[in-house]
Amino acid sequence: MAQAHEEKKLKLYSNWGSSCSFRIRIALNLKGLEYQYIPVNLLKGEQFTPEFQKLNPIGYVPVLVDDEIIVSDSLAIFMYLEEKYPQHPLLPSDLQKKAINFQAANIVCSSIQPLQNLAVLKYIEEKVSPDEKIPWVKFHIEKGFEALEKLLKGHAGRYATGDEVFMADLFLAPQIYVGIKRFDVDMAKFPLLSRLNEAYSELPQFQNAMPENQPDAPSA
Amino acid sequence: MAAKDGREVSSKLVLYSFWQSSCAWRVRFALNLKGLSYEYKAVDLTKGEQFTPEFEKLNPLHFVPVLVDGDIVVSDSFAILMYLEEKYPQRALLPADPQRKALNLQAASIVSSSIQPLHMMSILKYLEEKIGPQERFLFGQTNIEKGFFALEKLLKDLAGKYATGDEVSMADVFIAPQIAISAERFKIDMVKLSLCIIGLYFSFVGYDLSHLIPL
Repeated sequence: MAQAHEEKKLKLYSNWGSSCSFRIRIALNLKGLEYQYIPVNLLKGEQFTPEFQKLNPIGYVPVLVDDEIIVSDSLAIFMYLEEKYPQHPLLPSDLQKKAINFQAANIVCSSIQPLQNLAVLKYIEEKVSPDEKIPWVKFHIEKGFEALEKLLKGHAGRYATGDEVFMADLFLAPQIYVGIKRFDVDMAKFPLLSRLNEAYSELPQFQNAMPENQPDAPSA
Repeated sequence: MAAKDGREVSSKLVLYSFWQSSCAWRVRFALNLKGLSYEYKAVDLTKGEQFTPEFEKLNPLHFVPVLVDGDIVVSDSFAILMYLEEKYPQRALLPADPQRKALNLQAASIVSSSIQPLHMMSILKYLEEKIGPQERFLFGQTNIEKGFFALEKLLKDLAGKYATGDEVSMADVFIAPQIAISAERFKIDMVKLSLCIIGLYFSFVGYDLSHLIPL
């Protein structure tokens, strides 16, 4: 572990509220990796500064910097960390279970999260109607949650795909958080995800990664 | 599984696919690149064949593609591609170099998370019903262009003949079907995009297309 006075090797450009950043914060915590947290204020447009654009011309968070290596996109960062820092593996070695983890993660990344981002919500609000915004996002979150309930039914243990925390949990936890906190999704419809959420709330590595616990979270 | 004489018994792979699905296309591309033969099982999404009891047992989420390899059933194109990469490492689609590997995964993510979900049938149908057919088309087109410009930026210094160099890689597996369906279905003006994507497009067109043409 780095000494307190040494600059930390790993740097994470993150935004407190970004569920994609949340996933990586959990991964870093689980692997016991210290990192320097560099906030990017998305509301103030800090993702468009020349300095950040040099790191990630697409302007998204999170971005991980590991010496010379710069990795953007939570999926790419996850795979990078899993390979470079194999302690506390976050993918099972069994190929079928591994595939279930990828599938669960992708349900979040491709079927839910893209449909609840600010740009899409703004579009629905402006082009369809302000009253359609919440029904739209709830529809897609619930559809995704139903899919996850079905997918994980035969695989879940204490966590999503067994009794150890794996990739699926890292993608699920932030999505459940957003569903509850931001969009008031009725979790009673999703007993497995509700149970998993309870399990995550007991893990300090998940709790420390939560949006409200980040240095750039707005004070209460 | 190897036969007793060491031959790869390749016909055991079964791919459930729909000809128009760009996600299924990604997997067909990868199977072809890895020289893996497979049995093609068509699932006609327009006829609701994804809801048959037989298909439901394979994938209760009713999506294609689904790959069956003996006892193993894998759904979701990304999960399938990662499975193939590990189980059949010949003709690797992800470079060994960590930086290049990460860029491939980022490009794949841009397609599978920032572009494709926003022009899914169900989304476009919703927009057509709520706003109209013109808006439906515009929404698809706008988001595809946005994603393509993002890819242009990402691949600017990396692209060679293909997305991340002179060999076809994971990024191309995602990008090629996306370009093909976008140009055709959403009339994306490929000329707006710079040399990078156009180069890919024409490489794609010049590449042996026989196995990429949807069945």
